Parts: sequence; structure tokens; C-alpha cells
Amino acid sequence: MIEIQNLTKTYGRIKAVDNISFTVEKGEILGFLGPNGAGKSTTMNILTGYISSTSGIVKVAGKDVLENPVEVKKHIGYLPEHPPLYLDMTVNEYLDFCANLKSVPAKEWKSQKKDIMELVKVTHVSHRLVKNLSKGYKQRVGLAQALVGTPEVLILDEPTVGLDPKQIIEIRNLIKALGKNHTIILSSHILPEVSAVCDRVVIINKGKIAAVDTPDNLSKALTDFSRFTVTVAGPENKVKDIISHIYGVKYMETNTKLKDDEYSYIVEADKEIDVRKPMFNQLAQHGYPILELRSLNLSLEDIFLQLTTTEEKEAV
Amino acid sequence: MLAIMKRDFRSYFNSPIAYVLIGLFMLLLGLFFNSMIGYGSDIMSQFVSTMRWLLLFIVPILTMRSMAEDKKNGTEVLLLTSPVRVTEIVLGKFLAAFSVFLVMTGVTLIFPLITIVAGKPDIALILSSYFGYILLGAIFISLGIFASSLTENQIIASIISLVSIFLIQNIGYLASFFSGFLNKAFLWLSVTDRYEDFSIGIIDLTSIIFMICYAAVFLILTVRIIERKRWSQG
Repeated sequence: MIEIQNLTKTYGRIKAVDNISFTVEKGEILGFLGPNGAGKSTTMNILTGYISSTSGIVKVAGKDVLENPVEVKKHIGYLPEHPPLYLDMTVNEYLDFCANLKSVPAKEWKSQKKDIMELVKVTHVSHRLVKNLSKGYKQRVGLAQALVGTPEVLILDEPTVGLDPKQIIEIRNLIKALGKNHTIILSSHILPEVSAVCDRVVIINKGKIAAVDTPDNLSKALTDFSRFTVTVAGPENKVKDIISHIYGVKYMETNTKLKDDEYSYIVEADKEIDVRKPMFNQLAQHGYPILELRSLNLSLEDIFLQLTTTEEKEAV
Repeated sequence: MLAIMKRDFRSYFNSPIAYVLIGLFMLLLGLFFNSMIGYGSDIMSQFVSTMRWLLLFIVPILTMRSMAEDKKNGTEVLLLTSPVRVTEIVLGKFLAAFSVFLVMTGVTLIFPLITIVAGKPDIALILSSYFGYILLGAIFISLGIFASSLTENQIIASIISLVSIFLIQNIGYLASFFSGFLNKAFLWLSVTDRYEDFSIGIIDLTSIIFMICYAAVFLILTVRIIERKRWSQG
């Protein structure tokens, strides 16, 4: 649905976007992740035809953004970083204007407007002036604007910024629901958001792509061992002795002392070998019950930091 | 294009700006008209000339927000990522400001009506003066929109257009400082001289085309400015 090839944008000497390529399939929700100033907004602005690229090809629905700007823009709904709202209009007037701008046929518009307003829950504020709405509602009206004309592709630049936690969850659920019949690119610097919503993640740093994969694969790929935290009731040295002799365990250390004879440990084991069953059996034989066993996956946060900080080291 | 025009036109009347401008314009014209009563019935072409001078202050205020406000509020993104061409955006903005100007012009028709009721003015002359005045307004408005596309600060936009409208109004006067080619060039560029023809009742097709092209040039420049910004590498 969306094809980006060797996209570069330079501002003077600075390369805001440096030779990035990726594709987005129809119906996919792609997370676009990176620290502030990584080039997320620039890429999205190029994708939507707001600014031009220095070089590279961007195709949406098979059409080139440079050659067919008007055609491409018909397929895209865009929510920029700051929702582009006319403050002196009511929500109703504003959405009518957007529909006119995007040449939505008047017949369809009536029912479409009702659906959109219900979807983003702005029906009850439809007669209020946009400037009197709270930040959360302004964001929703911005999202409603992107949905006008039912475009196949939605490009959302940090859609949950500035919202309260309840609204964030609502918007995320909304995006997930929209993902069923839209292709979505969503940018964020908040990692749980991306792992909660997206099918695939592109991590971008300093204008370059650092990684592309599913959130799960990303956390798997970067670990060649499995990690657990295990809490056992029993004397520290004996428990350590038992666990460290299990086949597959590579490393262990005491994490914290919880009570007398109750410690939590961190265990790292070979990825291919499941050490949890022998661990349970042997500790049980010795009469040291396991109180807690939990596997520690590298969170997207860890991966993100790992990827972006190694880049920084290279740059130095 | 029509969507943008309608929105902008409504926005002028949703804010006090259109009412204040029309009120101020009418007040000044009323005072001037009052002072002219008794000087015969063919005062109207002189009256329209006064309206023309007032445009120097009216148009910059009318057009200052046109492009600058969209840039400042970020609504420019909405316009530029919608399936419309930049030309349509600029034209829509122009037509909105021009329509407000026409409303304003329409309100002033009360003065010639008074002269028609009270005396026997040359109606054809009044019409030709008004026609020239409207063409001149189109030029100034397109110039003001161009100025507004240069900055996101409305005050700066209005100052730029005030200065450039002043220059364009007086370009014929500048010509007298030069001789030869420059003199001719400045005279040729002088819209005021073209306007004078209309105010003495000469409706010349070349003048009409000239003035329409004059306005078009600034609108094309505005389109170029917006396009250039999108292509900028610096």
C-alpha cells in the first residue's frame, strides 16, 4: 500500500531523513518509533505531500507522491503533530469544511459525518467552537478530520500526545479498531503504545532506520538467552548451588533478600533449553519451594535504548 | 477552491474584522462626502478616487491574515495535504478577500444613489469609475495576499502590503525622476494612470487586461512562494 524507497531529505547540511526504505502492507498498523528529532515527522510530511523529498521514491496505492500529488492525497488522512484546526469554527462547521475540501459527495457526507463523530466521540460537542475545547477533544477533532472521506491510509503523528491516561487508552483502542479496514502509520516516542497497537515497528534514529520487525521478534532477536527471576524459600548458598548446576543455566546472581531464607535470584539460561522444569523438580526434592518464577523479556524500551545508544557510540 | 473561499469569507464576518473595516471605511467616506456636498453633481469620480486612496489602509488589514494565519495555526498542513492544488488554495483565499471587498464596495453605493436622487450626475461616469476602482482593488488584494504568504506574522504582512501598495500607487510619480527607458517603464507599470482613464470615462480593453494580469502576477508569485517553501532544502 505504501512504498518508500531510498528516501532522503536534507536541510542544508543536516540530513533529517537519510536513505530510508520500507513498505507497509494493506491493512497493517505500522509503528514509527524514534526519539524526538529522529525524522519521524519529516518522513510523515513527505508521505502526505506537505513537503518534498530531496531524493527517493514514495508511492501510495501504487501512485507516486511527486507525480500524482492530488491523486495520492485522496487516499490519505493525515493527523499532523499539531492538529490543524480552525479555532473560529464549530466542530460541525470544521468537519463540513474538511469534507468540502476533500470533495466528499454531499449525499454520503451526512451519514459519514454522524459515524465519524460517534467513532471519535465528539457528537456532544459538535456545536461548540473548536477554540473552547480541551486538548483531548481538539485531538479527537483532529483525528475526525483525518477520517473524513474514509481514506484507505491513515497517517497519525503522535496521536496520543497531551492526552490523559484514560483518553490515551480510548484513542489506542480506536486506532486498533480503525486498523481493521485502514492501513495505518503511527508515530510515537512512547514505546508501550507501539507494542500495544502495532503489527510492525520501524525504529528510526538520526534519520536512519535502526530496525524493522514485529514488536515480539524485536525483543526475541536481541536476546540470545532467556532470563528469569525466581524467588525461593531456602538458604542462599544451597539454593544457588542447586540452580547453578542445572544443565543449561549460564549465570545466576542474588537479586534481593526478601526475608530470612527467602531470596529472589536472577537466572540466565540457554535460549534453546527450558530450565524451568528441572529447576522446579530439584528445588522441590530439596524442600525449597519456589514462591515466584517469572521470565524477564527485554521490553521494547530496552531494545529501543540499546539500538539508539549503540548508534550514538558509533557516531562518536 | 470554493470550500476555502467560503470558509475564509465566513471567517471575515465571524470576527469583528470585516465589520470594523466596513464601518471605518463608511465613516471616513461619509465625512468626505459631507464636505463635498454643494460642489455640483459630478463629484463622484473624485469621490471614488478618495475611496481608492483609502484602500492603502483598508487592504493590508483585509489581507494580512489570509496566508499568515494558516501558517501560524498549522492549518496550512490541512490545506496542503488535501487533494487540492496550491493554485486553488491561493485563488480561494483571493476570492474570499475580494468578495469582502465587493461587499464593502456595494455598501458605498449609497453615496452615488444620494447624488442620483439629489441631482443629475453622469451615471455612466460613476459606473466606469467604480469599475476601475474594483480592478484596482483586485490588484491591491492580490498584492496583500502575496505579502501575507511571505511571513507568519500578520503585523509584518500588513506593513509589507501597506508599503508595496503605496509604491504601486505612486510608481507614476517616481517615473518623473527618470528619463528615457526607466521613465517609460515606470509609466507603463503605473496602475494609477490606468485607473485615471476609468475615472474620466475611458473604458479601454487593454487597460482591463493589463490590470487583470497585474493581479494575476501577484497570485502566481504567491503560489511560487508556497511551492518553494515546500521544496526548500535550507
